[in-house]
This record gives sequence, C-alpha cells and structure tokens, in this order.
Amino acid sequence: MELSGAEIIAQFLKDEDVEYLFGYPGGAVLHIYDALLRADSVKHILVRHEQAATHAADGYARSTGRTGVALVTSGPGMTNAVTGIATAYLDSIPLVVLTGQVPTAVIGSDAFQEVDSVGISRPCVKHNFLVKDVKDLAETLKKAFYVASTGRPGPVVVDIPKNVTDPNIKIPYSHMASIDMRSYNPVTKGHPFQIKKALELMLNAKKPVFYTGGGVVLSNASASLRSLVQQLGFPITSTLMGLGAYPSSDEQFLGMLGMHGTYEANMAMHDTDVLIAVGARFDDRVTGHLEQFCPDAKIIHIDIDPSSISKTVQVDIPIVGDVDDVLTTMLELLKGSDSSSEAKGSDSSDGQALKDWWKQIKQWRKKNCLRYNKKTKSIKPQFVVEKLHEVTQGDAYITSDVGQHQMFTAQYYGFDEPRRWINSGGLGTMGFGLPAAMGVQLAHLDKTVACVTGEGSIQMNIQELATCMQYQLPIKIINLNNRYLGMVRQWQEFFYEGRYAMSYMDSIPDFVKLAESYGHVGMQIDQTSDVEDALKEAFAMKDKLVFIDFITNREENVYPMIATGKGQHEMELAPDSELV
Amino acid sequence: MRHIISILLENESGALSRVAGLFSARAYNIESLTVAPTEDPSLSRMTLVTSGSAEIIEQITKQLNKLIDVVKLNDLNVSHVQHLEREMMLIKVKAPVSARDEIMRLSGIFRGNIIDVTDDAYTVELTGTSDKLNAFIASFDCDSILETVRSGVMGIARGSSALHL
Ligand SMILES: Cc1ncc(C[n+]2csc(CCOP(=O)(O)OP(=O)(O)O)c2C)c(N)n1
Ligand SMILES: [Mg+2]
Repeated sequence: MELSGAEIIAQFLKDEDVEYLFGYPGGAVLHIYDALLRADSVKHILVRHEQAATHAADGYARSTGRTGVALVTSGPGMTNAVTGIATAYLDSIPLVVLTGQVPTAVIGSDAFQEVDSVGISRPCVKHNFLVKDVKDLAETLKKAFYVASTGRPGPVVVDIPKNVTDPNIKIPYSHMASIDMRSYNPVTKGHPFQIKKALELMLNAKKPVFYTGGGVVLSNASASLRSLVQQLGFPITSTLMGLGAYPSSDEQFLGMLGMHGTYEANMAMHDTDVLIAVGARFDDRVTGHLEQFCPDAKIIHIDIDPSSISKTVQVDIPIVGDVDDVLTTMLELLKGSDSSSEAKGSDSSDGQALKDWWKQIKQWRKKNCLRYNKKTKSIKPQFVVEKLHEVTQGDAYITSDVGQHQMFTAQYYGFDEPRRWINSGGLGTMGFGLPAAMGVQLAHLDKTVACVTGEGSIQMNIQELATCMQYQLPIKIINLNNRYLGMVRQWQEFFYEGRYAMSYMDSIPDFVKLAESYGHVGMQIDQTSDVEDALKEAFAMKDKLVFIDFITNREENVYPMIATGKGQHEMELAPDSELV
Repeated sequence: MRHIISILLENESGALSRVAGLFSARAYNIESLTVAPTEDPSLSRMTLVTSGSAEIIEQITKQLNKLIDVVKLNDLNVSHVQHLEREMMLIKVKAPVSARDEIMRLSGIFRGNIIDVTDDAYTVELTGTSDKLNAFIASFDCDSILETVRSGVMGIARGSSALHL
C-alpha cells in the first residue's frame, strides 16, 4: 500500500502491536497526529508534560516487559522528554521515543523549535536515529524497536523531520517481519564451559550468596532463579531494581542489600566466599567502599552486557549471556549431576559448611534491623507501607518516587513477584512515580496500582492528575508527607550537623483540595490509628483515584544505612530508642 | 599503556560523534583519532590511540563494541598481534638562505620530501612512527617551526589477518 510518512508511523505501530502511545502534540508532529487520528490504530494517551510521556511509557514497559512508546514534538517537547529517556537508560528499559524535528531543509539554521535531538540524547540512549528520507522511515522504526528490546534493553530515539511525514508524499509500505543489523548482534547464550566452571565453584562454596539485580526482571528469569536458588539452598539478596524476582517472603531471602539494605544481606555479602552476581551491575549504592567489597569472595557474574563485567569490581568467572538462558543451563547441568539434592544442607562436600553459614546468617537476622516503634501517635512511614502491603494483600503494582519514601517502600512492602516494583533506581528521578503509575495502570486495567510518593516528588509531575482523570485511572496515591525533602534532610542531619539547607518544604499545597480540584478523591490522615481504615476505604473505591495525604513523622530516618565511603559491614542501625 | 584500536564502523553521520562522545563521557584518554571511508563506502575505518591500565583498555574496547555503529574492532596492542603503524606530518619551517642546506639534509636523513618552497619557508612531508615525527620536530628549534599538521596514527596488523566484514 502507498502511505505518507505520517501514515507509515500509524500503520507501523499497529503492525508492531503497540497498545499505547504516550504523547503530546506540537508543530513538528502535526502530520503524525492527523494520521493517528484517522488511522485509529493505537490508543494515544495525552499526558500533560512530555516528561510524563516518557515515564508513562517506561512504567508500561517495566510492568509488562514490552517496549514503551512515546511521541513528542521538536525542541522543548524533546528536551522535556530527556529526563524520562535518561531514567529509562540508567535502568535499561526498552523505550522507543519518536521526536518531531524541523524540516530537513532548515536543520542547522536555528529554526523555530529546533534542537539537536540526536546530539542531546546521544549520551542517554542505547541508540538514536535521524530519519532524513521517508524511504528510510519504516526500516528505521523497525531497527529502533529491535535495538530497544533486545540484548541489554534501553531507550531509542527516532528523530523525524516534519517533511518526512508530509501527507502528500506517499510511498509503498509493507511491514518487515524481522530485521538484521550487521553491527548489532547481542549475545544470548552463555559460554557452556564458563557455566560449568561457575557451577563447580558454587557447589564447593562454603558461604555462598546470590546477589541479583534488575537484569533478572528484564530477562524474565524469575522462575529459573527461584528453582536454582531453592535447589541449592543458598541465601539470596537483591538490589533495589531486582526486588520481587525472588519472593521476599521466602526464608532464603535476606532482604535488599546496599546503602539501605538489611544487616543480614550486607554482612553476608561481606563474609561470602562465593558471590553469584546475576543481572546486577555492582552499582556504588550497592558496593559501598570498593576496597572493602566482598573481601574474601570469588565472584561469578552473569550479565548480558560484556561492558558490565569487571567495570568496577574484578570478577573471577564472567558469563556473558541472557540471564534466563544461563540459569536454565545451570538447572539442566544440576539435574544431570544430581548434586543439587546433596548441596541442599546435607552431606555433599560442603553441606555442613552451608548449615554453619545459615546459622551465622540467622544470628545476623536476630538484630531485626528493620524494627521500628509502631506505637507512636504520629504516623511512621514504615507503618503505612506495611499496612499498604496488608490491605493490598501484597498483590499491588507499586510505583514510587525518589527519597525516603522510596527506600521505606523497598524495605517494607515485601515484593513477591517481578515487575510489581516500579521505581527509578539508576537515575533516581523525582517525578517518576505518578506518570509511571499511569503506564502501569493502563497496562493492567483491572489490577491495583499504587504510587508511594513524598510531598516533594509528587509536585514534580502533579499535573498528571489531569491525565488520570481524562482516562479514568484509579491509581491510589500514598503521599508520605513529612514536610521535608526527607532524604536530603537525613543527609544534612548526618553529615552537615543538622543544617537543613533548603530541605524544608514551605507552602505545601492542601493535597486534598488539589486532588478534588482535578475531580479525584482526597483524604488526609494524621493519626496512626486511622491508617488502616483509610487505606481500606481508599482501595475499596475501585474506580476512583484517591490521593491519601499521610502526615508522617517529620524527622524519621531510613535505617540501616551505609554511609558513603564505608564498607558493607559498617552499617549504622537505628538508634536503640527507636527499637521496641 | 598505549593502545592502538582499529575500528570498522558504519559510515553514518552520527558515528564519529558517538565514539568521541563515549571518550569524553567516560573520561577515557584519547591521543589521536583518524577516520575515513574504506573501499566499501558504507564502512569507515577509524584508528584510535588511547592509553590506560589493562582494566581501562578492556572497558574501552567493550564500550566501543557496545556502540551500535561499531561493526568490528581490534586492539593492535595485544600479545598475539604484531602491528605496523604510520603517521604522516606536514611541517612548515622558516627557510632563510642560511638554513636551507640543513633543512634539506635533515629531511634527507628522515626520508622526508620537501613539497613546497617559497622565499622564506619550506614545507616538508614526512611519514613514519610517531616517535620518528617527534624526533624530526625536535631537530628544529621552536622558533623556526611555523606550523605542523599531523594525521594521527594509522595502524594495521601484520600478516594476513585483517579487520574486515
Ligand atoms: C529530579 C530530582 N531532583 C533532585 C533530587 C535529589 N533528591 C533526592 S531525594 C530528594 C527529596 C525527596 O523529597 P520527598 O519527595 O518529599 O521524599 P522524602 O525523602 O521526604 O520521602 C531530593 C531532593 C532527585 N532525586 N531528583
Ligand atoms: Mg518529603
């Protein structure tokens, strides 16, 4: 069929089974919008700020594993989208972002709403394209989806000059089923010899620990990870990004590791003799002081991205490959050797050692490092998150913003399934939570979606309450309102002698009225005793967005904490007065 | 240690800036970089000279490989590879009558060619390793050098092994 560039885009999105397009119109993309309207091919969600378009597409992608798609105009539309693109890049989320551009004839002339989109986005995309000719459009789009979703996923920007979408220039179009790129061939299969060597090392370990990250989620390797960990009987800890891949409620799970990880997870990391890193990237928030990181360990690292291996920490057995593929191979090898039954706490060479290791871990666990005082009159944020888990039966999709509330959610919600915990880990983008929740809710219309946020973060994309109203998205917003940029305040308390420079939020809006003004339901709760009922009431309103403003304890701190520059074994726990 | 990395990359407008951007974003050293199309016009060949510890060089090659536009690359400074390298220089020097014999003598010793002559300046073309070019420059005093332009290093592996598709 003969289509214009704009029609090709509409038709292509349909052919790729794209469900939603998150976008915002403007001059450079008017042809595309017109074609979308007429083609009626994909549901377009009109956000209220381009940053939200990328975050919403990102939330859709994180919760489904499919590629999220956004469309923005040139110039300011594109620059507004950059934060969302960078957010997806740091967490390896597959996105395709279509950006309008000024016509090719005026590129480079500082035309109205012209920015160098390819140049601006280059450092924060997996790849980007400028389409100079409508004849290249379909193939470029195909490449963009292919690159975004394969290998280590990531965002891809396709910059489309207005004349390329000219409705009067029609060319033949047919959908390509697949595409080959000579310069891009991501590895998937791990090297069999390396896998065998790793397994041998694991089976002879005395104090093994699994350290798993977002790569497990991205690779949909949750099932194989669970089987492997359970067969081996090893302890397992997860990064912020990997939560849910292994059930938090399982006995073998030590909790999250890193800066605000549990005592037992970080101590196990410090003392381990064989560390099995799976789809994790040794981020500085995890390792703490590098020189003191896992001092006695031989390290196995499974990752699809060769450049992740030995980037900050030298590893002993690297395995480049798709996590699920590698773990499945390990399971097959284990079946063959049936050493698995032996390893599990019995009398293989190191069954006794593993028992002793668990004994040690149980000692660490006794510290009960996540304890907090539940009997205070003023609301503890930890308590709200625990009640949220109860009321939603641990079955909600939870997005968050960035700050203390994010850490409390990671620590206390107890994720048992992958793709349920949606947060900006790598870039730490305040303003992510609400738009991400929109993408999640649209992807799962009949599921419970909550956004745990702070009074600082929520104001960074509060305008999206309008989008939620337009599309009737019944998200529950759990605002842990401490009247502070809490995470900043905590650092100032610890490291700047309590000088609270600009971490105090003055002139905080009345969130109840604000929510109501957009047509939603608002509630404010300031007593511990009211928390549970409020949550129950809110979640019972299945078809309404409810904004619950919890007035929480002002100077609550996140514990445990490893200060920057400290080793994993040098955690600071909550002061005794907090523990009851 | 100094490493010469040969890269075959897609001959596309953004490709060069991706490589250059990678080096600045990750704070890697870049000593020289040359690039031009190959006999296959869809491909460019780049030679990049960098330096760093073994770990850094490993990261550099991995990060380069990760760029979608990079089709293939070789590190020429690894143990099992022998390589040749050449750099070209054009150097313009003051040539008062009293100095002309010496300039001609030096360019003879270094197997250079005098490719332009005017009343007061000679331009010499010289090819060789970077060390050789440095030595030639050092044999003039600074005041007499008007301008130098160097191509940056080009490298190629010895023998039949070749960087191609
Ligand atoms: C866009 C952006 N700007 C600044 C920061 C730095 N920052 C990290 S946490 C934080 C405070 C967040 O405050 P709030 O949303 O109220 O959450 P709380 O820590 O109080 O729970 C700030 C300013 C950031 N992460 N993102
Ligand atoms: Mg706050």
